[in-house]
Amino acid sequence: MADLLTAYARALGVTVAGTDDGAPVLSLGFSHDLEGRPGAWHGGAIAGLLETAGYAALRSALAEAGRDPLLKPINVTVQYLSTGKPQASYARGRIVRLGRRNANLAVEAWQDDPAKPIASAVMNILMVESD
Amino acid sequence: MFSGTFDPAVLSDWVLKRAHPGWLGLRYRDHGDDWCELELPWRADLVGDERQPVLASGPIVSLMDMAAGMAIWVANGEFRPVATLDLRVDYLRPARECASVIGRVTCYRMTRSAAFVRGTAHDGDPGDAVAEVTGVFMTLDPKRMVWRG
Repeated sequence: MADLLTAYARALGVTVAGTDDGAPVLSLGFSHDLEGRPGAWHGGAIAGLLETAGYAALRSALAEAGRDPLLKPINVTVQYLSTGKPQASYARGRIVRLGRRNANLAVEAWQDDPAKPIASAVMNILMVESD
Repeated sequence: MFSGTFDPAVLSDWVLKRAHPGWLGLRYRDHGDDWCELELPWRADLVGDERQPVLASGPIVSLMDMAAGMAIWVANGEFRPVATLDLRVDYLRPARECASVIGRVTCYRMTRSAAFVRGTAHDGDPGDAVAEVTGVFMTLDPKRMVWRG
């Protein structure tokens, strides 16, 4: 499942921890490289994990459909719900709508309990067939 | 370290060399009364799709998040920790191949506990933006800065 991850995601240290309801669950351990204010995750690093989970969910669904388009972000809106504590975080994307040219995704990130997300995101992604 | 006047010319080096901004290699460029401009240098391992040598969107969010935080510090003249509440990024077009991205964020409104920001990311021409950003941050009590379980 390594091809679900971009170079940026691998540089961050994101790994695929498993699947949930068909969607990849991503995991990212905490390190100083991901810290914002001391003792907390950087908002940008959390956004990076959320975006990566969104892309991974979409890549996974597209692969199942035999499609391999270029993915171009249209927008992302991130809600920060609570401070990311200095421990591993997880994220999972859900496809709200998959069309021919456009996909809408909802993503959640959590630490201890998937029912208590620390951040969520809504993403719109443009898909361009590369043939 | 987390109170008192914030002078980006003096403190940006320290703020940007450590932790996540340090890992990304963010650089200070310029600032005004209520804005700050940073640069995310091109790096091959930060691409979003190997078929295109273009910076991924994630590092651009980090760039804008950090520039926003620093814009808030210069706008209120004080180096108080902030937390992002909400951040929206619209990607107008991909960055040019192998290009650095420059982000300028303005703090246009500040209340006692919230700071409202907007900004633009470009790859050389400020009139031809790569992304537009709006966000809301919350200012934190420095005493509660470190998470204590």
